[in-house]
Amino acid sequence: MTGPALISVLAVWAVGWFINVRLAASHLADARIVRLLVPVIFGLTLLLIWELLVRMTGVSPIVLPPPSMIAERFAGSLPILWVDFEQTIVKGAMTGYVIGMICAFAVAVLADRSDFLTRGILPVGGFMAALPIVGIAPIFVKWLGSDWQSKAAVVAVMVFFPILVNIVAGLRDTSAMQRDLMRTYGAGYWQTLFKLRLPAAMPFIFNGLKIATTLALIGAIVAEFFGSPTVGMGFRISTSVGRLALDMVWAEIVVAAIAGSTLYGAVAWIEGRVTFWHPSQRK
Amino acid sequence: MKSLLPILTIVAAILVIWVLAVVPMNMHLTADQAQRDGLVVVPQTPLERQGYSGLGLSVANPGLIPLTYTLDRPRLPSPHQVAGEMWETIALRNVTSRQSLVYHGWVTLSATLVGFAIGTTLGMLLAVGIVHNRAMDMSVMPWAIASQTIPILALAPMIIVMMGQFGIQGLLPKAVISAYLSFFPVVVGMVKGLRSPDAMQMDLLRTYYASSSQGFWKLRLPASVPYLFASFKIGISAALVGAIVAELPTGARAGFGARMLVGDQYGNPLVTWAALFAAAITAAALVAIFTAMERLTLRRMGMAAA
Repeated sequence: MTGPALISVLAVWAVGWFINVRLAASHLADARIVRLLVPVIFGLTLLLIWELLVRMTGVSPIVLPPPSMIAERFAGSLPILWVDFEQTIVKGAMTGYVIGMICAFAVAVLADRSDFLTRGILPVGGFMAALPIVGIAPIFVKWLGSDWQSKAAVVAVMVFFPILVNIVAGLRDTSAMQRDLMRTYGAGYWQTLFKLRLPAAMPFIFNGLKIATTLALIGAIVAEFFGSPTVGMGFRISTSVGRLALDMVWAEIVVAAIAGSTLYGAVAWIEGRVTFWHPSQRK
Repeated sequence: MKSLLPILTIVAAILVIWVLAVVPMNMHLTADQAQRDGLVVVPQTPLERQGYSGLGLSVANPGLIPLTYTLDRPRLPSPHQVAGEMWETIALRNVTSRQSLVYHGWVTLSATLVGFAIGTTLGMLLAVGIVHNRAMDMSVMPWAIASQTIPILALAPMIIVMMGQFGIQGLLPKAVISAYLSFFPVVVGMVKGLRSPDAMQMDLLRTYYASSSQGFWKLRLPASVPYLFASFKIGISAALVGAIVAELPTGARAGFGARMLVGDQYGNPLVTWAALFAAAITAAALVAIFTAMERLTLRRMGMAAA
């Protein structure tokens, strides 16, 4: 590494770090704005160092495009990125997510009436959730064709197990006392389910749903590596890597990051509305 | 083992569904093959058969049902075919042969383990830094949490190519992907664990006049162990997935991912299925090892759940 590059990188790091240390030590450290500002400054510092390193050390921008080049590419290919987003996230990931969620609910409610089945589903489902399920992608692409249907199917299978395990575990979470109370009210199975046990299970269910948002995106993108029409984020990533157009790959990753955190944020927002009564949601 | 019977029931139910699904899934292929072999098939031309569903065709040709289990290249192989292929490629081949799943498994597993070791070591170090330095906590922690909502696996193809440009190939790029996939769960879990001692326990140490480093070694670190093992179990399966996916887009010649791709491209589904199940067994074994280590460690530390 050349001297000036090293010095400027260290200078940028020192300035960014100095500001953050001062902010963290100041009496304003618990203010909302500072809590937001510190990670942003940290992120900007890293981006600036990245930019400086690439520009000043003569690393080929083809191998490691600087952030400015990625931003330029991002702004310049919005139509392509949007089409890819629709294909992979909306059609592939979100359809599969909804299908997997509905199936998990159906199986959980069916199994719920039998304690025997529940005790079998919990360990088996937990086991399946730890497996590299994304490997079924080539099989599903062969069965359902290369368009988004096969991606939705992969996503559905991937999100099914974590959601199922969390629903089943959540439905077991009420105490005998609470269930007895419902019985003294003369409530039947379905009334107990909808008025007591489902609401009580919501923190668990949302935990499963939040884990599943990331899995859904991973499934939809990785499944496209095994075959896709000439559109989609996974397709764009694998072909752009082949052409060494890494700025395009980074642009797609930016889209994936935005989509991932938005989906997660959306589920977390709904969780806050639904489980406002739970201790973890209290401010 | 009160839940052994329920578990076996569920597994048996899955197997039964699988075995039943083989018939309609493979019926079209079987009918085509049977016709070539001179058997009577209803309806007679492949074009007419296209109009039938797999189930309808099975009802029309009950005699062909046993043949759906013996196809060389089935759409859905039956469990005994997958088991046979696995037995052949795991037990009967020399482990150094390219035909052996043990060889391919080792290629993937070695990258997984190297990556996991790097990722967890860095993760634990960063967690210690985060707990002791408020500026670091406020700067890094939001990114570590946010990174769990992002499909970072999408970076895998690019990392391989980038490192390839610098002349680094083989095990290391895959290990890097495994490392960053196992890194973030460990950071988040370890920070949570190091912060788990409550104010009462911290106060007790202060009344003992314990220094901050004594507080770390005698209270915070032991308290973080249960959290750490939970993160290890998430991290090791993420690392394995990372190593497998890293083999996909680059045309790797060896490893579970490469086997899945080879089976897919050469139309040999048994290879794909065998690789998939071998990968699943590897993942299960890794998680089981960590569960056993967790139980042993926590018992030695007197923290085991009674």
